[in-house]
Amino acid sequence: MTSALSIRDMVVTYDEFAALDHVNFDIGTGESFGIVGESGSGKSTLLRAVSGLASFDQGTLSVNGRPYSGRKRDKEFYRTVQMVFQDPYGSLHPRQTVDRLLLEPLVIHGFTDIETRINRALDEVGLGSGFRFRYSHQLSGGQRQRIAIARALILEPKILLLDEPTSALDASIQAEILNLLEQARRDRNLTFVMVSHDLGVISHMCERLAVMKTGKVVETVPRKALENREFSADYTRQLLVASEGFRRG
Amino acid sequence: MTVPVKPLLTVEDLRVTFPTRTGDVQAVRGVSFALGRERLGIVGESGSGKSQTGRAIMGLTPGHARISARKLAFGDRDLLTMPARERRDLRGKKVAMILQDPKYSLNPVMTIGRQIVETLKTHEKISTSAAKARALAMLEAVQISDPERVFSLYPHEVSGGMGQRAMIAMMLVCGPELLIADEPTSALDVTVQLEVLDILDKLVADRGMGLIFISHDLRLVSSFCDRVIVMYAGRIVEELPAANLADAQHPYTRGLLNCLPTIGSDRHPLPVLDRKPEWAL
Ligand SMILES: Nc1ncnc2c1ncn2[C@@H]1O[C@H](COP(=O)(O)OP(=O)(O)OP(=O)(O)O)[C@@H](O)[C@H]1O
Ligand SMILES: Nc1ncnc2c1ncn2[C@@H]1O[C@H](COP(=O)(O)OP(=O)(O)OP(=O)(O)O)[C@@H](O)[C@H]1O
Ligand SMILES: [Mg+2]
Ligand SMILES: [Mg+2]
Repeated sequence: MTSALSIRDMVVTYDEFAALDHVNFDIGTGESFGIVGESGSGKSTLLRAVSGLASFDQGTLSVNGRPYSGRKRDKEFYRTVQMVFQDPYGSLHPRQTVDRLLLEPLVIHGFTDIETRINRALDEVGLGSGFRFRYSHQLSGGQRQRIAIARALILEPKILLLDEPTSALDASIQAEILNLLEQARRDRNLTFVMVSHDLGVISHMCERLAVMKTGKVVETVPRKALENREFSADYTRQLLVASEGFRRG
Repeated sequence: MTVPVKPLLTVEDLRVTFPTRTGDVQAVRGVSFALGRERLGIVGESGSGKSQTGRAIMGLTPGHARISARKLAFGDRDLLTMPARERRDLRGKKVAMILQDPKYSLNPVMTIGRQIVETLKTHEKISTSAAKARALAMLEAVQISDPERVFSLYPHEVSGGMGQRAMIAMMLVCGPELLIADEPTSALDVTVQLEVLDILDKLVADRGMGLIFISHDLRLVSSFCDRVIVMYAGRIVEELPAANLADAQHPYTRGLLNCLPTIGSDRHPLPVLDRKPEWAL
């Protein structure tokens, strides 16, 4: 298996604070890899550093064998890697129409069959063309997240970085989006790196998962380990208990 | 759960309509319920009108929308006829809403700490140093492990879950009687999520706060709330004791319960809802 994404000793610091502290990952082409970890443990920072939204101070990053450093990413990078953000409110400009949001990446990358692609993208995420001229502030949270996914898929990337893609969605839409993502992955042999707090979602979507804590990877285990409870990190155990619901103490 | 004689909040036939270029969008279509000093859950699919219901109660409906109700009252006070000024005073002090979009609703050019301090000073006569102490204590109460550091960070400098907790801290710091929490924990990792719910739970139990808990997380709602309202296409389609969510009758609610991925169950693709046009009638 060739590596789609290889990260060695990556460090990201803010002032004195190490948001990522010597992190290593090797993710194979076509693999679906999950990341869990407590709030503030550096999951989003990792995805942001890969996509060039945050600069890394140390370490190396290579995507399909091509090295990248700092924050510089070429056009080729964005044809290969796309990201869906945790926060659909921050990632979509509220005063832009859905049409503009989907058009922009197509224009930047010189696509010509724009009509077809926009309509297909809206269809694919279960929003009809009736949504095409809505402004993003006129959409509900779930509708916005579907637009964000449509925008990521529209360039037909090879690697999708997904930061809590369904945490803002209800169960029925979540199921639709997860099915959609799985279908897209199968059809296009996509590689996924998916952050989620929901172990149910991670075990459904990912073959392997890493557990992060305070900027470090504390363990990497196969999906089966969740079922059989074969893991060593305390945090993984806490996650598992918490996923069973609220207990009045 | 029996509704007390004098509810904290009464909502009767609430409607919210948005005029758009392609015609009216009826976001809320005749919602009615009463809330006591209890935990009421609202679940429902994306776009079903949960947030717009909450916003209408708060008086945060966008200006161009049309809003109507037979009754909308906080205790004895009529929210429909209340002067804007009085409504503003109520908001933040007696009634508060944790908005679904924390980053969007925090001021991007003011540090987290300063925003909480300002909120306190708007509603209470309090010195800056006392307000700062309260703000730090509140950040700690929502399980932010390094309150001093987070106090001086701007919203874009905190993680998703930290932003959400900062928002929660800001809304709770004045001690509201009614709290509307719109997906308050969706960006939190589950362990922190439970700690935040613990805080909300205590406020309901100890101080008699009324809580409307909007969430799409059925497991969470059924384990946390007393009653649950299920919304679909702007209407309430079902109301149940939270513990009996598994016995839901409406096909939408039943469908929702069936499409959750769980550890060990290998269902690819996941079952999805076959939405029937008659559900939206
Ligand atoms: N621009 C920044 N300036 C200062 N600190 C930052 C900045 N961006 C991130 N951090 C810090 O880095 C840490 C990791 O943040 P990150 O967003 O990666 O967490 P996360 O694991 O995604 O958490 P969550 O589950 O809450 O989204 C946090 O403590 C955060 O405050
Ligand atoms: N400013 C607006 N203009 C037009 N339509 C709007 C506007 N704001 C919201 N809507 C529509 O109102 C409906 C209800 O939205 P609301 O935000 O209440 O949904 P929700 O139940 O909270 O969904 P989610 O779970 O995704 O947050 C949606 O169909 C949405 O597109
Ligand atoms: Mg994050
Ligand atoms: Mg909402």
